[in-house]
Amino acid sequence: MSEFLQFVFSGLTVGAVYALVALGFTIIYNASSVVNFAQGEFVMLGGMATVFIFDAGVPIWGAAALAILLTATIGILLNKLAIEPARGASVVNLIIITIGASIFLRGLAQIVFDKQIHRFPAFSGDTPFNIAGATLLPQSIWVLFGAAAVFIGLYAFFTRTLMGKAVLATANNRLAARLVGINTNFIMALSFALSAAVGATAGVLVTPITLTSYDIGVMLALKGFAAAMLGGMGNPFGALVGGLLIGLIEATTAGYLSSDYKDAAAFIVILLTLFVMPQGLFGQKSMERV
Amino acid sequence: MKLKQVVKTTTLAAAVSAMTALATPALAEVLIGSTLAITGRASFLGDPEAKTLAMLVDEINAAGGINGEPVRLIQYDDGGDPNKARTFATRLVEDDEVVAVIGGSTTGTTMAMVPIFEEAEVPFISLAGAVAIIDPVKKWVFKTPHTDRMACEKIFTDMQANGISKIGMISGTGGFGKSMRGQCMDVAGDFDIEIVADETYGPSDSDMTPQLTNIKNTDGIQAVVNPGFGQGPAIVTRNYRQLGIDLPLYQSHGVASKSFIELAGDAAEGVRLPAAALLVANNLAEDDPQKPVVMKYIEDYQTATGEPVSTFGGHAYDAFKMLAAAMETAGTTTDSAAIRYALENTSGFIGTAGVVNMSPDDHLGLDLSAFKMLEIRDGDWTIIE
Repeated sequence: MSEFLQFVFSGLTVGAVYALVALGFTIIYNASSVVNFAQGEFVMLGGMATVFIFDAGVPIWGAAALAILLTATIGILLNKLAIEPARGASVVNLIIITIGASIFLRGLAQIVFDKQIHRFPAFSGDTPFNIAGATLLPQSIWVLFGAAAVFIGLYAFFTRTLMGKAVLATANNRLAARLVGINTNFIMALSFALSAAVGATAGVLVTPITLTSYDIGVMLALKGFAAAMLGGMGNPFGALVGGLLIGLIEATTAGYLSSDYKDAAAFIVILLTLFVMPQGLFGQKSMERV
Repeated sequence: MKLKQVVKTTTLAAAVSAMTALATPALAEVLIGSTLAITGRASFLGDPEAKTLAMLVDEINAAGGINGEPVRLIQYDDGGDPNKARTFATRLVEDDEVVAVIGGSTTGTTMAMVPIFEEAEVPFISLAGAVAIIDPVKKWVFKTPHTDRMACEKIFTDMQANGISKIGMISGTGGFGKSMRGQCMDVAGDFDIEIVADETYGPSDSDMTPQLTNIKNTDGIQAVVNPGFGQGPAIVTRNYRQLGIDLPLYQSHGVASKSFIELAGDAAEGVRLPAAALLVANNLAEDDPQKPVVMKYIEDYQTATGEPVSTFGGHAYDAFKMLAAAMETAGTTTDSAAIRYALENTSGFIGTAGVVNMSPDDHLGLDLSAFKMLEIRDGDWTIIE
């Protein structure tokens, strides 16, 4: 029993990170129907920037805040310099641009930061809690609560605020949104900034556990994308559940079956989702009006 | 006006001929090729290796070159990709026409290049770990780092001395971890060691608690070995302490750098690993023949780059020094066959990895004494033996 609990803790911690990446996907997808594959790089930037700002002598909270701010700025720049000039292009083209952007950001991180692996101290120490024979790091609790807080914030934003609804409207029909007075350019910039900030938050929370380096973004983006697909693209609740589920599937596969199949398990889930219910667990059925 | 022009032209002509005269000896320079993983996932290997080679070339040229001829290093960056490495190997042989090659930061890139150098008959010194590179012996291929098989033997010797006979393994699935896992399984029997738990993790995994939980719950387990490099072993070490596993944890020489201690933090306390003398240069006995060699390399490297040394840069140091020595012994910088013969007969060479005595059956030339068993205490390496 204690081993099962250990797998669950492990899965939830890793899953919360996937959920945050998936939430990042959700924001940009909701605003533009674009899947931003540079999302993993935002996580990397959040972690790496915190490491370097922290090493420069800034207290950890200040470093984290600065790193998130910096990443959000990079998000805005990404939209301004890469996505906006190609506005007329199809969604597929835009997605390919984001893949290019992710390669660019990875290269930039190698030069601006370095190629080493880094970490900074956990927020509340490294002494694990012992719960019924299983152990949980205090930092894992930070990650879980962080994911929950970001989710609640986003959910409220999309359903309760005018701005959030404007984002949804922009995604739905850009022209119509503009006709009713929504500044769609601003909405796009906002969604990239938000998405980058969410990614960076994930990077800040998880670096003390998983360590960070310039190239961690690729796998995180893939797993986060898997999570978003499983939960239903565009649905924040789906992203949260999808992320946690992928994390749990991975941990139990590694524990009960073999860690060799861990990554495969996550991707098999994606294939199954695409075959059996392409709209995901909580996504809306897409309908084409004739 | 006219006179001025004439003077000008003559000066120019004189200058040109002077330059040609100066350039002529440069044709006899020693061309040494190298392809390393300077960027990419294995850049922590290739980066210090490339910096070490650049430093040594400058040093040897300042001292008058090899046999009086200046050395020129042709350096490529294969990013750890075997395909690229193979392309660069072909280029080094066919276009650059180098006399010898140092490189291959990883086992993957090295093995991809071996057939090219064997066919072109160019001496090749690899900086990668796996025993497969030199076993079976290939005529033109040498290597400087200890093999993973030796690391297993060193670890098992230490276990045997401590009465450990049942162990668990958690290995990375990257080239290094996979190869070392195989070698450890191979030699475990010789040391009466039984592997009762065998787990793995992927190179980019960020949590190994499920695998370690399984190891922890295995009956009769007395110690754990973790072959691998990069962030994996640091996370394994942290997870190991998180789960409160009290058994001795052995890491491989793949994590033999200060950054491992930094990444694993307090969790690294008590971890044991085999490593080269370079890591504990200050703690070596005064009469240790390696001491002056490693101390000099450390000082030179730190002055040249401002970065701390790693054992990986040391592999490049050994390779370059051995090659230069072989060229001097052979008395030639162009005859590949003579250089190869001299390399194969290297004996008593003292490098950062240990004392090298090569032979036609042994293109590595190191024995177990080249490894020191270290334990991490108070955030630093301590020699135990």
